Amino acid sequence: MTVLADERELRDDALNGLELATRLERLWRTPSGLLGALMSVDHKVIGRRYIVTAFAFLLLGGALAILMRIQLAGPEQTFLSPDKYNQIFTMHGSTMMFLFAVPVMEAFAVYLVPLMVGTRNIAFPRLNAFSYWMFLFGGCFLWISFLLNVGPDVGWFAYVPLSSLQYTPTKRPDVWAQMITFTEVAALAVSVEIVVTVFKLRAPGMTLDRIPLFVWAMLVTSFLVMFAMPSIMVASTSLILDRLVNTRFYDPSSGGHPLLWQHLFWFFGHPEVYIIFIPGTGMVSMILGTFARRPVIGYPVVILSLIATGFLSFGLWVHHMFVTGLPQLGAGLFTASSMLIAVPSGLQIFCWLATLWDGRPVYRTPLLFVIGFIVVFVLGGLSGVMVASVPIDTQVHDTYFVVAHFHYVLIGGAVFPLIGAVYYWFPKITGRMLSETLGRWNFWLALIGFNVAFFPMHILGLIGMPRRVYTYTADMDWAHLNLVSSGGAVVFAISFAILLANVIYSLRRGALAGDNPWDASTLEWATSSPPPPQNFDRIPVVKHRDPLWFDNESLPVVAGLSIERREVLLTSLAEAEPQTREASPEPSVWPLITAIATTIFFVGSIFTPWAVLWGTPPMAVALIGWFWPSGSREDEE
Amino acid sequence: MPVRIRTALVTLVTLPLAACEGRQSALAPQGLQSDQILRTLLLFLAVAAVVWTAVVIALGIGLLRRKRMPERPLALHQDFEKATGRVVFALGFATLVIVLGLSIVSYAGQRTVFAKDDNALTLKIIGHQWWWEVRYEDDSPDRSFVTANEIRIPTGKAVKVELESADVIHSFWVPSLTGKMDLITGQKNELQFTARNAGVYRGQCAEFCGLQHAHMAVAVLALSPDEFGRWRDHENQSASSPTDVLGKQGEQLFRARGCALCHNIRGTLAGGQLGPDLTHVGSRTTVAAGTLPLTPATLGAWIADPQHIKPGNYMPRMPLQSGELIAILHYLEQLK
Repeated sequence: MTVLADERELRDDALNGLELATRLERLWRTPSGLLGALMSVDHKVIGRRYIVTAFAFLLLGGALAILMRIQLAGPEQTFLSPDKYNQIFTMHGSTMMFLFAVPVMEAFAVYLVPLMVGTRNIAFPRLNAFSYWMFLFGGCFLWISFLLNVGPDVGWFAYVPLSSLQYTPTKRPDVWAQMITFTEVAALAVSVEIVVTVFKLRAPGMTLDRIPLFVWAMLVTSFLVMFAMPSIMVASTSLILDRLVNTRFYDPSSGGHPLLWQHLFWFFGHPEVYIIFIPGTGMVSMILGTFARRPVIGYPVVILSLIATGFLSFGLWVHHMFVTGLPQLGAGLFTASSMLIAVPSGLQIFCWLATLWDGRPVYRTPLLFVIGFIVVFVLGGLSGVMVASVPIDTQVHDTYFVVAHFHYVLIGGAVFPLIGAVYYWFPKITGRMLSETLGRWNFWLALIGFNVAFFPMHILGLIGMPRRVYTYTADMDWAHLNLVSSGGAVVFAISFAILLANVIYSLRRGALAGDNPWDASTLEWATSSPPPPQNFDRIPVVKHRDPLWFDNESLPVVAGLSIERREVLLTSLAEAEPQTREASPEPSVWPLITAIATTIFFVGSIFTPWAVLWGTPPMAVALIGWFWPSGSREDEE
Repeated sequence: MPVRIRTALVTLVTLPLAACEGRQSALAPQGLQSDQILRTLLLFLAVAAVVWTAVVIALGIGLLRRKRMPERPLALHQDFEKATGRVVFALGFATLVIVLGLSIVSYAGQRTVFAKDDNALTLKIIGHQWWWEVRYEDDSPDRSFVTANEIRIPTGKAVKVELESADVIHSFWVPSLTGKMDLITGQKNELQFTARNAGVYRGQCAEFCGLQHAHMAVAVLALSPDEFGRWRDHENQSASSPTDVLGKQGEQLFRARGCALCHNIRGTLAGGQLGPDLTHVGSRTTVAAGTLPLTPATLGAWIADPQHIKPGNYMPRMPLQSGELIAILHYLEQLK
């Protein structure tokens, strides 16, 4: 213990009220000015940037979807050339999966998890800053390439041999594969931070069975990222090696195999769906508890379902490969394992329905989106049971039926909860409420537009329309349904325009929120809106799963952290008993410099293998700067 | 499921689609395998519809039913919590039973769809960017021949197609007959199907294969066994020599203007192997792998500027004068 050495250090039990708040604010705030902004290690600042950037990519990806829907609204249209169309559908998928869906969930976690577990900053704040810069640079790299007509055109799945040098002798697949590397690095960094934050930085008393469900969801998601991402990392790196230095991982004439790519890709690709969906369920549980005015029924059931979903998600990648000529019995077993995931998902749905059944629902916009989520997602889950069947899949695989299915699952399962989450946490993040009137328009247009856009695609797939076609001939009878679908897509896009307008309007004119506008029960609502740089003046003590409903007068707190240097409180893994005080890093510009060096290294290495050589020293220099001892007391002890 | 209910279900599902009942539809099965798949699909659809409706009704009742008076959120009734827990577990168990049941149904369907008939007629399909090479193989080499983009099969007899790829991955899919199977580089796959009735069944490549993935269709013509036998005998013959002057001129130009570098016409000096075999091109129904119906006009337009009709395909635009084009066209039309 460092108690004796710290005799002269000022602790937060020495001061009170405004004086304490001011001291802590000065200690934890992000330095002012442009350089200060670039140095920030505050999880709220970085989380906000992460959220805004991910939503910017959503708008870009959505714009591409509209372009595709214009092209497909009628047969034999020439609005887009096949080359442009192929780039656009690849960019749409890659942007939505790698630059929007996964990052936006991590972004909310970066902002919310430290607040929900009652600590002052995320674990490894500089890594957090580095993660954001890598995500930003990776996304910009992909989009700048696209605008320079080097956008990937081999699908978000980049199947070999189409993506091999022989069949795509451009830089396009390299751009795609290297963008994956950027987002992998960013996602892995966030996952490590979340796991450590949840395991070690929880407020005293927040035992494992008092952790908010969103935090549980993000914990499971983080483990999924850590186990799934290495697979795509191996896949995309060996693809680049095949293309750049002539290795033969996927070349059948030299003993490689194209199916190796598919196994590696889907071993990542299927858990990826749950990496997107599980945080969505966490958001649903939080919103539902608040607006049903009672805790979610079956807290342990929901958590065990999340964990079961996580495990099962690694055992069903083969259902993406049912038509590659696999042994029949093996394929049949993957049918069963794929359908089995309906059990934990179903249990969660039943818990939520029971919560609404008993609760006294308050119909605000976040709850509307959760209701929309149940209606849409259950349909997507059921069409998922259909595509899990081998015989059915041989017909619907790679058709618009599957396009319909996974948009129901991903938009229903993740985007509806996400928009609900925006309405729910916007007051906490900005201090102002979003407009409820615009919120209702947003919800109804989204629900109607979405279903009109995507439901007809089920039928289109069954009557023979394959995916990834830039056009179709007039005699195929697909024109009417495609036109309907395109109309729905426009309505759906308008709903997002309303969301954007609502955000912009409410940032200036929205009603002031106060600390806890929804009378919610978790710790993020125990501080001001927006929260101060230190999050909490004193670390709260948790005695119940719903601390703000349990102690609704004043939350008990613990004191003793330094107010002269940044400190967080470490607690034990299971029982969250206080263990020690731990220094938390100061702002630093080195994560940004490291990210720039890494970007040069990554981008350079798709042009020449020598970049691996000359790209490394700048990264080493940047990392030395990053970890240079700051002369703090902790370093010297 | 009793036949009558099934028929009613099929009608119910396909009624709004009556106009859409095209030649390329999983809902209009014409083969033994596609019949089985549709049966499995409709059963799953029925279960899905019931479950979804039940969930939405439960949601609706949950939202609308009269609630107890407002009170503190944590003032829970232990009896209710316990009873709810039991209901949730019962429903979870029911889900388990349903998915296991469906897995078994699915596997039974799968066994039927993939059942093998040793006496099947065998042919080989090789995928190319963006057309289909079709090889009819026989024990005696003089009964084997090659054609493209069009497959003729006898009705009522099992057909086995061996699937390979010459370049990237493609997928062979004729939904009216059976589900799809990929053509994978460096791997041999197999698919069997049996057409119930005579007719033309359209299919299309289902795995993204590059620029012209959208224009890679295949036509399957199911003929009565007699008719099929006659066709096979005829197709096995080499191309007939043109008799008129224009045709002879066309044959010469076909070689002189470079067509023969890529295309094969059996029985002539044209022996290219890169593009589709054109020995009996005049008897086919479509141009450019199903992009256009075959007429003198469309074939002429295709030869004049293939890049306009199917941008990015590997057939270059050859510099031909209009007289030359007419001669070549006349020659090709004769290759019935």
